Amino acid sequence: MADLYHILAAHDGREGPLLPILHDVQAAFGHVSEEAIRAIALHLNLSRAEVSGVVSFYHDFRRTPDPRTAIKLCRAESCQARGSEALAAEAERSAGSRVRVETVYCLGLCSVGPNAMIGEDLHARLDGAKVAALIGAM
Amino acid sequence: MRVRISDDALAVACGADAVAARFAALGHEVVRVSSWGMHWLEPLVEIDGRGYGPVAASDVEAILDGRGKQLAIGVVADHPFIAAQTRLTFARAGKTQPLSLDDYAATGGWVGLERAHDLGAAAIVAEVTASGLRGRGGAGFPAGIKWNTVRLAPGERKYIVCNADEGDSGTFADRMVMEGDPFMLIEGMAIAGLAVGASKGFVYIRSEYPHAIRKMEAAVRLAAPLIAPFEVEIRVGAGAYVCGEETSLLNSLEGKRGEVRAKPPLPAHEGLFGCPTVINNVLTLAAVPFVLAQGAQAYADYGMGRSRGTMPVQLAGNVKYGGLFETAFGITLGELVEKIGGGTDSGRPVRAVQVGGPLGAYFPPALFDTPFDYEAFAAVDGLIGHGGITVFDDSVDMAKQARFAFDFCAAESCGKCTPCRIGAVRGRETLDKVIAGESAASNLELVADLCETMKFGSLCALGGFTPYPVMSAITHFPEDFGPRTQEAAA
Repeated sequence: MADLYHILAAHDGREGPLLPILHDVQAAFGHVSEEAIRAIALHLNLSRAEVSGVVSFYHDFRRTPDPRTAIKLCRAESCQARGSEALAAEAERSAGSRVRVETVYCLGLCSVGPNAMIGEDLHARLDGAKVAALIGAM
Repeated sequence: MRVRISDDALAVACGADAVAARFAALGHEVVRVSSWGMHWLEPLVEIDGRGYGPVAASDVEAILDGRGKQLAIGVVADHPFIAAQTRLTFARAGKTQPLSLDDYAATGGWVGLERAHDLGAAAIVAEVTASGLRGRGGAGFPAGIKWNTVRLAPGERKYIVCNADEGDSGTFADRMVMEGDPFMLIEGMAIAGLAVGASKGFVYIRSEYPHAIRKMEAAVRLAAPLIAPFEVEIRVGAGAYVCGEETSLLNSLEGKRGEVRAKPPLPAHEGLFGCPTVINNVLTLAAVPFVLAQGAQAYADYGMGRSRGTMPVQLAGNVKYGGLFETAFGITLGELVEKIGGGTDSGRPVRAVQVGGPLGAYFPPALFDTPFDYEAFAAVDGLIGHGGITVFDDSVDMAKQARFAFDFCAAESCGKCTPCRIGAVRGRETLDKVIAGESAASNLELVADLCETMKFGSLCALGGFTPYPVMSAITHFPEDFGPRTQEAAA
């Protein structure tokens, strides 16, 4: 957990440091563990319940690790209007148990959907074949 | 040869990096600029002012050999989509390098901030008030009045918070400002700081916008000496739609669950960390440098009624010519969808457009004569929200869209108030019964009653506005809630 203490120290003196800390912890470890919650709570003089409550509130934070890489598929209205729902089914088929297909509500590319994001890489104008190819290459 | 290609996230998602790399590999100088906002043409390549798009890496050689005629669009600045606009906030779009301080200063950057230094707090607020600028996040509250409340509020510490949690589907103007013209937003925040006596500003950007986050972080570092002693810090959201609501956003910034706060107290009196806080949308703050540089009247000269200035309208969904269209208030919805947007991308008839994001009403073509104006939209039970228009063709099932509105509200509700937390779930269940043909007429009555409760009983716009898409779908497209009409006939 040495990295965790570096993360905590890096945010000392910041106003409202909890979200930045949780982002860094999630980026470093892939999830926010019970152990991390305990250490963060102690460091910020919060209760564990307070930190847990924040972790569970936000869709971005995970309590448990998931070794699969994720593709975030937009299924908001603008992508729906361009056929994202059919795409979602295709993505699930291609993903199997190897890739995690997550739903995201809007990537801000609403005129060129359906869209997806893998890591920080954006993909637009998707169709079934393109999604299958993207997932196949993950 | 000098080749200009956008580095906006949308252009990149459409393959701009590969196109740029191909030009570079062939020995040409590539300049990465902001996007013109003609999204159907991205990746757009500009050589000596003339445009080509949409370009794939495999088209590059043909363009260089003069064989790219089928992709040629002529002089980009003269394109009808651009020529028909009034670009005040997006004046630099397509023209400058987003992170070039030289480009920014050469195109009128920092003039507004300089004038603000000369004017002083009260006169800055008077100028913003006189411009008629209203909050572009959706509520349309006059910016000058909000600023004046914070200016007059007692307190040693005050904050400027920029709401960049652009979660509405069909909107991308905030993202384009942050990625294309970040210094303009920073200048607007610095002016707001002078106006109310705040020395610290936060930009709260949603985590789904990694490109905007990186650009803004770089821009804040570059601009720091120019706005000092005012400081700007970038904060990243964590995937909660409700954090676009201002009090929820403030809680999130403080490191808490993004639950909505009851108002009063207003954020202007007790906002971030209990201090007086200006919280404005990206587009509101981004409009401020123009107001200060050109004067309030120059801004107020545009628009209609109580909606002054311009609105960056975002054409999205199943639309042929999608992108950013900044125009004075008053243009009709039909002009935007049919004339500017060119109808649907699928070529099928337009059946519905949703204006204002997931919490906005669905409009049938029969209401396309509605002018784009806060009051005119309210008069037909709609809202312009953040200016996003999502187009649907005739394959859309409006009962499904109404159900999705409840579903989305249920998934994103912060849980603080009952009408939203419980209402969304019950609404979805009841619509499921309607869709299954179970006592449709009485269940639709129940939905209408529930919507009334949500509209007037919810703490914020998530629960309060979810009735807009639901009820507009039921009102304007009753045929999609089929069993109801069958029952009525019986």
